[in-house]
Amino acid sequence: MLRFILRRLGASIGILFAASLLLYVLVINSGDPLAELRESNAENRENLMQRRIEFMNLDMPWYQRYWTWLVGVGKCFALQCDLGTSRQGVEVSALLGLAASSTLRLVLLATVLAAILGIAIGVLTAVRQYSGLDYGVTFLTFMFFSLPVFWAAVLLKEYLAIGYNDWMEDPAFSVPQIAAIAVLVGFLMQVFLGGTPRRRIATFAVAAAFVAIVIPYLTWLNFFRFPQLGFGGVLVLGLGVALSGTAMSVGLRNTKVLYPALATVALGAIVYFASFGLLENPNWFVLAIGAVLAVVIPALLGKYLGGHLAVPAMGVGIATGIVMAGLTTLDHIFRAWPGFLALKPRPIATIGSQTPNFVGTFWEDFLDKGTQLLLPTILLAIISLASYSRYTRSSMLEVGQQDYIRTARSKGLSERTVIFRHAFRNAMIPIATIAAFDFAGLIGGAVITESVFGWKGMGELFRTGLMQVDPAPVMAFFLVTGTAAVLFNMLADIFYAILDPRIRV
Amino acid sequence: MTIEKEPTEVPAVLLAEAEDAALARKDSVSLSQGQLVRRRFVAHRAAMISTVALAFIAVMAFSSIGYAGIPGWWDKDYTMAGSVIDGGRPTFSLLPTWLGGTGLAWGEHPFGQDSTGKDYFALVMRGTQQSIIIAVIVGIVATVIGAVVGAVAGYYRGWVDAVLMRMTDLFIVIPLLVLAAVLGQIASRTGNTTVVLALVLGLVTWTGLARLVRGEVLSLREREYVAAAQSMGAKTSRVILKHLLPNTIGVIVVNATFAIAGAILLETSLSYLGFGVKAPDSSLGLLISQYQNAFTNRPWLFWWPGMIILAIALSVNFLGDGLRDAFDPRQTRKARRRSKKEEVSE
Repeated sequence: MLRFILRRLGASIGILFAASLLLYVLVINSGDPLAELRESNAENRENLMQRRIEFMNLDMPWYQRYWTWLVGVGKCFALQCDLGTSRQGVEVSALLGLAASSTLRLVLLATVLAAILGIAIGVLTAVRQYSGLDYGVTFLTFMFFSLPVFWAAVLLKEYLAIGYNDWMEDPAFSVPQIAAIAVLVGFLMQVFLGGTPRRRIATFAVAAAFVAIVIPYLTWLNFFRFPQLGFGGVLVLGLGVALSGTAMSVGLRNTKVLYPALATVALGAIVYFASFGLLENPNWFVLAIGAVLAVVIPALLGKYLGGHLAVPAMGVGIATGIVMAGLTTLDHIFRAWPGFLALKPRPIATIGSQTPNFVGTFWEDFLDKGTQLLLPTILLAIISLASYSRYTRSSMLEVGQQDYIRTARSKGLSERTVIFRHAFRNAMIPIATIAAFDFAGLIGGAVITESVFGWKGMGELFRTGLMQVDPAPVMAFFLVTGTAAVLFNMLADIFYAILDPRIRV
Repeated sequence: MTIEKEPTEVPAVLLAEAEDAALARKDSVSLSQGQLVRRRFVAHRAAMISTVALAFIAVMAFSSIGYAGIPGWWDKDYTMAGSVIDGGRPTFSLLPTWLGGTGLAWGEHPFGQDSTGKDYFALVMRGTQQSIIIAVIVGIVATVIGAVVGAVAGYYRGWVDAVLMRMTDLFIVIPLLVLAAVLGQIASRTGNTTVVLALVLGLVTWTGLARLVRGEVLSLREREYVAAAQSMGAKTSRVILKHLLPNTIGVIVVNATFAIAGAILLETSLSYLGFGVKAPDSSLGLLISQYQNAFTNRPWLFWWPGMIILAIALSVNFLGDGLRDAFDPRQTRKARRRSKKEEVSE
């Protein structure tokens, strides 16, 4: 395995090097860096031009300029990065820090969201092939494939952000609005859950009635300005995950899986109160430790209580632990929401990666970044969600025709076991490689998204750099995104090798 | 979550064969492969609607304002500024008279006017022309290069193959948009931007097709008929062009359409960012970038170009879907009759 990883790493570095050379040469030949000086009427024009030529080393041949840049990058190994200076004389390494964090935050979040949702939708449409849901989703994915990102961004800004912010000033629903939402939710639920016509009607009625009762209740609570989850909410939702997770993996009757999951819920309930003070104003370190514990403890519980079913018990336990931890965190975020609204009355922003001069507690700061991130993330996620769901669907359908699936069905395994434990796992193998290509595509998408939403991110660095025929910022963009893509690709390869032992070379 | 008990899948191949047999029986003549493909395509409703829509848009774009000096039926030019009438509101209307509208009316400026009084219909049609030109050129360039390189790599394997695979790896490291933007900047230094831009885009979008064709050829080259051709002394070029490529035509055609849809979106994105088609020429992406802030006051300046991009890309994608179903009946959603029955019984 180590040899495999090292070989992949060597090949990746070679490609990165070749790509950097190609991009560098293309960028310095992409235009005239002196263009606007040539047209200027300033008296010291010649002087300015001479200064720029010297500053940017324009008189050197391309290989010498590239070498200078490469030596600077090489110093990174000695932790003294020198990525050159931009045309305005700013150190690029200084520019890069801020830009990289905001862009990678955006792209990673979008990738994870898109992968999870897309795979779930893909599985669902494959299981219910040729249903109304399948046709609807297929049409929507084609729609998303064909959507120009920048155009959709303006629509989102106009309708989602501005609409929501206006509504937030007085969050209330009129009776026709509630009726419309109830009918819509009921319709979607019956499409998703499916079944016989009678079942569908029942689903529709229950879902619509639920919405029709809950929305006025939430309005009465003023939930939208003062959201709350509370201990009860955390407990009920945590239990729901534990039970449904068990039901999906081995069935509810199996106590070997059920008990560790329930124990996790109980522990989570204790932690909810124990950590209350700590989570009022935490920091990233505390949250990271909490997240690790939320995975490790249920895993240990599952391993020792699960007996011969240790693996599914660990899986369900970890899912429950993560959800409990997430809900506990969400509860605190909800508590911070009213204070946040007071600081930022129009929450969803359409410009920038953070509100300038925003000072607040940890959670308020978090909410600020989150609300700024919301629109670009939705946009990026929607587009790659389409491809994930499409690939998952076709992969699931292909696996579904294999002989071992027929064997699994004919030996009497339940449909749940066939789909989740036989079909799904094998269908996931090709998806791993798609993730790598998708990540590169998303970085390209981020260039557009950042330009629409006015983020000072990597895309902006690239755009202005290329406009000014200034190689240093463009290459800095390439270094970060290229390295990230290579790492992602390698992770995908390793994942692939783990999932499919035949691949190991 | 309920999972319907699905009856054992009727093998799609059998189903497709039955369908083909039914198609053939109608005229009581047996059909050639090409005829079967054509009939399956015509039976694909979404693909047929898309073809008509695409043809309509293309004819509109080229006949209205004319192309390359040939005048069209529309009397206004996309570079001609004028006085702004009625705030530049569009005069196009579909509302029939009995609903209080003016009936189907074209008017003086059907899509409205921009801030300098240029006719927006002419501008949008010019942008549509650009998109279509790019689509055609990219489709041809990317398909030819991709098919040939893929076939050569799959046939020879060895170093040709290794070089190809490393080149596709390159596109994981440099995002397509970034490479295209840099090349677009270089292209914009030459005279005829659109055509050069299209050629450049074609030069960077062939790798996906090459990979797919390579995969197909790798398995096809082991077939007996290839060995037979070789043993009869066929030259390599003949084996590749006459025996291997025609058998990958399905993959090629389908992926050409998806490459075209991608290229249209890529061009509009580049023009939006300022690396593609530049003013005073017009492109749909450029128009959106110029008028995105006019959304609240003059929304039509924003809606028309976006809707047209969406319409073109969506039609091309559906066309590709129809072609895939026509060429590869194993993957089709042709179990329509069965699915209807199932829906009734559910």
